Amino acid sequence: MRERELVIIGAGAAGMAAALGAYDNGIRDILLIEKEAEAGGILNQCIHNGFGLHTFKEELSGPGYAERYYTKIEDKGIDFLFNTQVIRIGEDKTVEYVNENGYDRIRAKAIVLSTGSKERTGASINLLGDRAVGVYTAGAAQKYLNMHGILVGKRVFILGSGDIGLIMARRMTLEGAKVLGVAEIMPYSNGLARNIKQCLEDFDIPLYLSHTITRVNGRPHLKSVTMSKVDENLKVIKGTEQEIECDVLLLSIGLRSDISLLDDIDIKKKRGAIVDNHYMTSKEGIFVAGNALHIHDLVDYVSQEAYDAGKYAAMYIKDHAIALNKHHASAGNGLGYVIPETFGDEDVTFSFRVNRVFKQCVIRITGDGLNKEIRKLSLIPSEMERITLKKEILKDLKGDLRIEVSEWK
Amino acid sequence: MYDVAIIGAGISGCLIAHRLSKYNLKVAVFEKDNDVAEGASGANSAIIHSGHDPLDNTLKARFNVEGNRMYESLCDEIGAAFKRIGALVVAVSEKEAEALDILYNRARSRDIECEMLDGKKAHEIEPNLSDDVIKALSLPTTGIVTPWEVCINAMEEAILNGVDLYLETAINNLTYDGIYHLNDIYEAKVIIDAAGVYADDIYNLLGECRYHINPRKGEYFILDHSSDKLVTKIIYPLPSEKGKGVLVVPTVHENILLGPNSDFTEKKDDLGTSEALEYVRNNVRKTVKNIDFSKVIHTYAGLRPSGDLHDFVIEEDEKYKGFIHVACIESPGLASAPAIARYVVNELVLPKFNTEVKSEYKHRKKHINMNELTLDEKNQIIHEDGDYGKIICRCEKISLGEIKDVIHRPLGAKTIKAIKRRVRPGMGACQGGFCEPLVFNILKKELNLDEKAITYDGEGSNIVSSKAKELL
Repeated sequence: MRERELVIIGAGAAGMAAALGAYDNGIRDILLIEKEAEAGGILNQCIHNGFGLHTFKEELSGPGYAERYYTKIEDKGIDFLFNTQVIRIGEDKTVEYVNENGYDRIRAKAIVLSTGSKERTGASINLLGDRAVGVYTAGAAQKYLNMHGILVGKRVFILGSGDIGLIMARRMTLEGAKVLGVAEIMPYSNGLARNIKQCLEDFDIPLYLSHTITRVNGRPHLKSVTMSKVDENLKVIKGTEQEIECDVLLLSIGLRSDISLLDDIDIKKKRGAIVDNHYMTSKEGIFVAGNALHIHDLVDYVSQEAYDAGKYAAMYIKDHAIALNKHHASAGNGLGYVIPETFGDEDVTFSFRVNRVFKQCVIRITGDGLNKEIRKLSLIPSEMERITLKKEILKDLKGDLRIEVSEWK
Repeated sequence: MYDVAIIGAGISGCLIAHRLSKYNLKVAVFEKDNDVAEGASGANSAIIHSGHDPLDNTLKARFNVEGNRMYESLCDEIGAAFKRIGALVVAVSEKEAEALDILYNRARSRDIECEMLDGKKAHEIEPNLSDDVIKALSLPTTGIVTPWEVCINAMEEAILNGVDLYLETAINNLTYDGIYHLNDIYEAKVIIDAAGVYADDIYNLLGECRYHINPRKGEYFILDHSSDKLVTKIIYPLPSEKGKGVLVVPTVHENILLGPNSDFTEKKDDLGTSEALEYVRNNVRKTVKNIDFSKVIHTYAGLRPSGDLHDFVIEEDEKYKGFIHVACIESPGLASAPAIARYVVNELVLPKFNTEVKSEYKHRKKHINMNELTLDEKNQIIHEDGDYGKIICRCEKISLGEIKDVIHRPLGAKTIKAIKRRVRPGMGACQGGFCEPLVFNILKKELNLDEKAITYDGEGSNIVSSKAKELL
């Protein structure tokens, strides 16, 4: 069987950055496997602006952002396999893939899995009602419109205030469709503040907080949706139903990391893959980066994190340097999750999201020998938080670390 | 004029057509929907029951036991998947354990292979059985199929052998003057009424039907592949007057079905999902634990054609000669279908005609199912046609070659749903989010369709509302 030092699966934002991270740290034998005919992943259907403010100090479109990275990779002569689907990853780090030339296998010293995420569907939130055509995930509607030039409806309602839905509210409005509103079951928006402003408020599209869709109506095509108010426990309040006539319902109810290629491998998982501060899973030499690890708010952070994953993969390949997993980090009160879960004495960057809105709050990072507080005016679930702890501050830490958030008082 | 006109292309209609296609008869099938198996046959528990459950001296008992035994050879012939994975009927109380004995004796009296297991043994076989399970009846001959696959493949082979299938052709007018006239266009000597929930409505076009169909609705959850180890066998609770109860069913493609409930509904086209799914969720936990509802990828509802005579109605009509009822085929209709088809053809249809078995019978070309081949076999196929190496559906790993094949077959797929049912793009965790636009493009290209004519599931379900810039 042929061997490669590093195989990267998925050439979206994360995969390309991981390739650069590995290259810059001395690895030359890199193969990027991509199912599509070109690199960029989901960036290619995100034709709106707003990408790369942190990295390039300018606002690029999704394809524009992808192009910047692709050019860098091309310059370095890194190998690609396009139109190629990875079928399976084995315990021995063999990667089985298929393309029009047939099935093949290669063995990798290290693998970076950068396979992105999948959108949550109606079934995952128990959306009830008729078998109506016209219910799409926001990303699928985006693909139809931006990649195929097809508008899937004229009267649009959106469930969930995730960013893709907000972007599509503006995009479909600009295409001449009427976007009637966005229902969000939480009492706060799940999209970035700038998207609420630029995609809803600027177009007078109402955002119904603490509302959800309880039924879809119409056969064979969607004719209306039933919207209801929910109480503080997210239970539907009877008698608040209103029927909204529309021919398409877009679902923008969140993304889920896709690590299904690791199904055959015995690794530690919780809500997704569990990684150390090198972004390595409990299976030595298998790294996860980008939205496949956790859902990011900005692509810049995907690139930063994946670049590091590539760098650590390079270190692993060269001398099998494994993170010293002396400490365990846990998500305390107010946190949905924290990544990485284990770390050693090196600098470590924690990423997490809060599980509700906090105003005038403090992030407490506590452990035996470490006590750090960071005050924030607000923390919201739609934004990912990143905190870097320098090794100097970690040197006295014994045992585990806990990160939690609470109001000042 | 047709010798036989079958109304309804569900499992009964398809298997009867398939069987009749072996004879020198002119046969037509009329189906109101745009594909076969769109009614009860397309939305059910997908189980080939052993035959232990129906009461003695019913047609259900007779045909279920016979039908189960016929499934291997049928599926082998038409190239459909059939897996005899076995089932456990579980008891969670002493009272239920006693009731289990009745089922055990019934199964024994019908020569159905069965074994009584204590709770410990049952948990060894299925570790995720509820802790309350104290006894279980093992029924190893119970099997699973993909119901629409059986229908599609049987009908495809029937078409190859000369059967005319009229899709999107509802029968709204039926008269008799020695022969039958359908919609004033088609004529037939014999009518087979296999119209599912509408079977009584079809007869009512002629006269007053002696039975009445009250559809009973059942709703289901489907779990994704990561739950495939939940159970290895079908898990039944003890049956009640409402039916076989809420089941846990592994599918041919390694998903898990949870359901159904059983509630009468007024409307024969009421296929929406409802709060009844809560009932399913609460009741399924009585027999199986560790169900992860975050793995639900789809929910669906189906209607059982339940009749007020409480048994199948399979007979020639007393008043209208040559009108054959194949009606009220609720559960165990899927399991019984091959035996029903054999009975209808051999006992009710063939005696009316002086006909012989065709000398040349054509078998359908089997699908290439890439996921079931060895590496060498796959590479041989891709070497011949590179499209089999181009993956369109990343969740279920379905190639362009497999999709193109089902578009260009007899009974070829013309809609996104028809492709989804035949080769599964859209049946995985993303539910078509990634692959549906790709399948859309394949349909457009292969059938040379205008984008606006492409539908999800026939008339009125168009994907395109307008083209970009068209509204501006």
